[in-house]
This record gives sequence, C-alpha cells and structure tokens, in this order.
Amino acid sequence: MKRVLFLGILIAIWEVIYKLQIWPPILFPSPLQVGETLYLGIIDGSFITSLGDSFKRLLIGYGFALIIGTLLGLIIASSKLMEDTLGSLVLALQSVPSIVWLPLAILWFGMGEAAIIFVVVLGGTWNMVINASTGIKNVRPLLLKAAKTMGITEHNLFFKVTIPAAIPHLITGMRLSWAFCWRALMAGELLGSGNGLGQILMWGREMGNMSMVISIMIIIATLGSLTDGIIFKPLENKVLERWGLAKI
Amino acid sequence: MIEIKNIYKSFKQKDGSDLTVLNNIDFTIKEGEFISLLGPSGCGKSTLLNIVSGLEEANSGEIIIDGSPIKGPGSDRGVVFQEAALFPWLNVLENVKFGLKNKGISESEINETALKYIKKVHLSKFKESYPHQLSGGMRQRAAIARALAMNPKILLMDEPFGALDEQTRMMLHYELQKIWLETRKTILFVTHNIREAVQLSDRIVVFGTQPGRIKEIFEVKAARPRSKNKGYLLELENRILNVLKEEIEKVMKEEMGDEYHFEEGSLPWDPDRDMGSHI
Repeated sequence: MKRVLFLGILIAIWEVIYKLQIWPPILFPSPLQVGETLYLGIIDGSFITSLGDSFKRLLIGYGFALIIGTLLGLIIASSKLMEDTLGSLVLALQSVPSIVWLPLAILWFGMGEAAIIFVVVLGGTWNMVINASTGIKNVRPLLLKAAKTMGITEHNLFFKVTIPAAIPHLITGMRLSWAFCWRALMAGELLGSGNGLGQILMWGREMGNMSMVISIMIIIATLGSLTDGIIFKPLENKVLERWGLAKI
Repeated sequence: MIEIKNIYKSFKQKDGSDLTVLNNIDFTIKEGEFISLLGPSGCGKSTLLNIVSGLEEANSGEIIIDGSPIKGPGSDRGVVFQEAALFPWLNVLENVKFGLKNKGISESEINETALKYIKKVHLSKFKESYPHQLSGGMRQRAAIARALAMNPKILLMDEPFGALDEQTRMMLHYELQKIWLETRKTILFVTHNIREAVQLSDRIVVFGTQPGRIKEIFEVKAARPRSKNKGYLLELENRILNVLKEEIEKVMKEEMGDEYHFEEGSLPWDPDRDMGSHI
C-alpha cells in the first residue's frame, strides 16, 4: 500500500514536470503517453516478442554461467594451489564489467546471438565461482568430522555433506548471478544486434520515440524486481531459515 | 577394551616450535566402563578423545580396541560433540538415519532403528523438526540418538553438556545414566566439571597441563543412582579439587601473571555448594 502510494506520487510529479513544458513533449512524454505506448506494445505483441528473445538469451547465458561457475568454484575450493592461481585470476576477472568483452566477442563469434550470450555468460560466471568456492570452503569442519565418525565414504561425504552444507552460498550466488546476467544482457543488447528489449530501446532512440524508450525501461525494471522478489528472494529466505542462518 | 598406549602428541606452533599437548598417556578402559577425562582447559583431554575417535593422529603411541589398533574414524566409535553437529538441512529423523544409511541395511530396518533411538531420548514428538527449531538440550539428545543408533561399541563424548544450562544438564545427566545402564556401552566422557565427572563415572582420569599428562586416576565407588550417596561424592569432589588446584593455579598464572594465588578463603562462592563447576 505504501509502495503504491509512493509510486502514485512519483507519477504525479512526473505529470507536473510534463505540464511545465520544460522540455518538448517529444523528449519528455507524459505518463499517459508512456502508458499508451506500453499498452499498445504489449497488445500488438512486439514487446512480448522482444521480451521472449531477451529471455531466451538470458536463460541460455545464465544456465552456462551457473554450470561453469559452480564447476570452477569446486575446482578452486579443492586445493590451495588452485585457490592461489585460478582463484586470484577469477577475482581479477570479476572486476572487469562483462560488456568490455563485447568487442572481442563480436570478433570471435560475429555480430549475433552468440556474442551477446557470451557476454551474459561472463556477466554471471565469476560471481558464481566465488560464491561456490566460498560455500565449499566454509562448510563447518564439525559437520565433516561428525560425518566421518559415522563411517561415511569420501564420495558420500562430498555429495551428502559438503554440497548440502554449501547450498545457502550457492543460492546467494544464483541470485546475484541472475542480476549480473540481466545487466550484462541489457548492455549487450544495446550494442549488439537482434530483436531483444535492449535493441528496441536503441531503436526507440533512433526513431526519437522517447515514450517507447521509457516503456521498455519500465518493463526491464519491473521484470528485474519481479524475478528477484517472486523467485529468488523467497527461495533464499527459505533456505537460510532451514539451514538455521535466518536473521531474527 | 580400549588400550591407550603411550600417546604423545604435539602441535606445530606459528613460530615453528613444537608444543607438547599430550605426554605419555597410558591407561586402559574396560568394556562397559564409564570413564571421565577431567582437567582444566588446555590439558589435551579433548585432543585425546579426538585421537581415540580417529579424527586426529598421535605423533607416537597407539590406541588398541579389542586387540586391533585403530586406523582413522570408524562407526564402531560414536562421537557426541560439544555442539550437536546435526546437519541443519535434515530433520531429526533424517539426521539419526544419516549414519545408518552407510551400513548396508534395509530401509525399513533403518527407519525402525532410528525411531527406536529417537524414542529412547524422548524426541518422538519432534522427529520431523529441524535442528534450528530445537532447544540446545533437545539438539544434544538428537545427537546422542544419532550416535547410539549406529550401535557403536564405544561412545565418545566431548563436553557434550558444556554449553547447556544447569537444569537441562541435570536432566541429561539422568538420561545419560539411564541410557548407559540400559545399553552398557563403554563411554569416554570429556568434561571440566568435577561434579559432572563424579556424578556419572566409574573412574575419573584427572589431567594436568603443560604438557597434558595424567595426574591421578580416581575410582568412584558409589552405587547408582548416585543421588543417594551425597556425602561420599562431596568428599571425592574435594579430593579431586585438591589435586586440580595446582593445575588451576598454573593456568591462572599463565593468564593473569604471577600475582595470582589460589586461596580458598578468597573464593567468591561457598566452596561446598558450587565447587569447581566452572574451572
């Protein structure tokens, strides 16, 4: 309720600024115009198609990021040598915004799907690596000891104790990686080719259609917060509670 | 029978020198006996327990159980730690079943055994609960059930009640004695609480510090339930405290400097009431 009211106030301020005519309406559309564009775009399916395109890239890239990230994380957690070499490389790579890879990706894969997906993968991977390896390394030694005294095999120790014990970190990693992939995707689409949300955002700019640009931005913001609020946050909270880590 | 033979253990310190934790530990535990290892913190009693469990290795000496020396941890020795060490992602029943799954017995047998031991520690009502929903005492009972369910010959307990409040601890003392009388397991029990040791054990191995070594072994010659023999137990507590006094003084001096002297008159509590429960 508070949030709805707050949103209402924001839109009211927006309307007032529009009415003041500081900028021409073409550069600063009214909330009503944006609402109309948003509505029409959804009705005629063009926004939905773009959304589908974007999501396809996102899911493929995210999937790769999770798999590669988790595997690398396991490797790094497995030995001190790996941590000192591969681990520090990952830390360095993580500080490079993934969009920086786009020029290389375009040279390697051409100006198409693959280049954008590559950027998305890189956007999510490093964070997942770090979370996975931290999760594995921070398993409470007491739990491992307890399992060993029950005559457990090495194989089961890993799959029945280490991995479950690391799940809270893995979930946090998945949640953050999703957000990173989402950002990387938008950056990639703005500069790359195709028919995703980012591309029609750029297209809107070229057409001087600010109302479309703002519509797309609203879609991006809504989707980002919805996936986090509906899927990841509840999942994370549930896991943290079960694992006895919930903040009280 | 557990033969602890000439155990020597040292740790590497940060500056490279060796710190001797256990020196010349040598005694034998009889089948079905309840033995306490008692001593101030830093005397190596937990380290000895870890060596018996196989989680740590001694530098020299060996542990022989029923004629064969131990190699690493094994399910013939169940361990209960100071913290319950339950797996937080499993409920009580699944926790108790965890170790049984490695034993190659049928699912129905696993279930039956687990439920039996959960009942023994009176947690049947909470078998579906997760560790974070239980109190400290309940968690410790679940851990005891998990250890017992493996049907180990020996139960190793590392200050299992150290983190509990007094009432819960007294309850668990009672329950542990009952379980011991029913199952007749050999129990090796680490504690720093004189009263706890006297209440529960057949024999008490008193440790000295720096390096950790056996100072004296006391036999508790009192019938169970122990509550009936208050006079004798109190006197035994006094005798053990006298032996430990020197060790406590050593530890205190280390922590507080040379001006510290252990004087009975300066005790902030009545020595007959509370003696040595938190040395």
